[in-house]
Amino acid sequence: MADGFVIETADLRKTYDGIDALRGLTVSVPTGSIYGFLGRTGAGKTTTIKILLGMARPTAGRASVFGLPAHSPTASVDIRRRTGFVGDEKGLYDAMTVRGMIRHTASFYPQWSRELEEQYLRRFDLGAERGIKTLSRGMRTKLALLLALCRGADLLVLDEPTTGLDPAATEDVLQALVGHAADHGTTVFFSSHQLTDVEQIADHVAIIDRGRTAVTGALDDLRQNYRRIQLVFDGDAPAYTFQVKGVERVKRSGRVMTVLSSAGIDGVLGEARQLNPVSTDSAPVTLKDIFLDTVAVED
Amino acid sequence: MFRPNAASGVPIYLQLMEQVKHAIETGALRAGDQLPGIRPLAEELVINPNTVAKAYRELEHDGVIELRHGAGAFVTGAAREKKLTDRLRAGQAIVAAAVDKLRARGVTEAEIRRLVEAELTRLTVKGDQRG
Repeated sequence: MADGFVIETADLRKTYDGIDALRGLTVSVPTGSIYGFLGRTGAGKTTTIKILLGMARPTAGRASVFGLPAHSPTASVDIRRRTGFVGDEKGLYDAMTVRGMIRHTASFYPQWSRELEEQYLRRFDLGAERGIKTLSRGMRTKLALLLALCRGADLLVLDEPTTGLDPAATEDVLQALVGHAADHGTTVFFSSHQLTDVEQIADHVAIIDRGRTAVTGALDDLRQNYRRIQLVFDGDAPAYTFQVKGVERVKRSGRVMTVLSSAGIDGVLGEARQLNPVSTDSAPVTLKDIFLDTVAVED
Repeated sequence: MFRPNAASGVPIYLQLMEQVKHAIETGALRAGDQLPGIRPLAEELVINPNTVAKAYRELEHDGVIELRHGAGAFVTGAAREKKLTDRLRAGQAIVAAAVDKLRARGVTEAEIRRLVEAELTRLTVKGDQRG
């Protein structure tokens, strides 16, 4: 795997019928990471996943998985063989039973683990003889996850795995992912618009906005480096453009100027001194704050 | 025993480190006690296993725990309190020697106290200017 990254994209672009779904997406997913791919609905998450799995061709730019070019049909076969995928549709056949679906899927994968299969059947309390059409949404997700986990994949790609699940089912799914990653060193790439899920289990994130990467990095680095700095002035806060690196956003409201910095507080405070604020204050920010401040709210 | 809050702005590995240290300070964990393994703890807290591993590595680096290969993580011989008392004992000896010298030169007790206060104040001001 090139440079320790399982997935790499560079300036990825995709246009559907004149609409720009991706407008320059660059991400690098480290081997062994749990990578949260965050964005609002329609930001380009599913399009990216389709390109990675060879289900759509990029208009421009580069995407590779396991160092193999995702756009190549022959490489794509290899990529999909080594990847467990849980999409929105889940790929389940309503006419089958849980057991039938499992046996059907297992027949395609020589590395299928019967031991894991039994373990996840019990753990997810799926009921092997139940018909798939009787399963709840949470159950369907758990079955799709079982099918992805037991095939001995090096990479799991999950498109909004927790959407529509109740909190208990969400916790079950996240816990299974964390345990599986710890046991097998599997890289997990999951898209979500649920910040809490990503905050909880991801160690790396990308926030994408309208087809572009807005923020990427190790989650702990983001937590450590992003700060909100509040400057209070005697009169109205001055209109001022910071020169220092890492100023993501500046808001002014009456006597208060609020600066979102992605590079700690020292640079901003140093530069702010010449503006003579009467007081300064800084606080850590949550992933939610970063998300809301980097993703355009208006469409 | 540990409960990091993913929604706070503080990195989870730092929260975990603080919670382990706190557990040692309160006596909830003692020298020789074994910490949960990386996998079970990640699964119990539903957090990233790499995050637990990072917290354990940093705690080992700080001398708080010891990672024995294949056996797990163990609290070291109360490293934290011991270091603190050692440091204070060494400092006390330096202060005692300085006080003796000053007294020998006829400086009074009240004057010594004032000198120490002034010195500390000077340090604080310098620190402020630097920061």
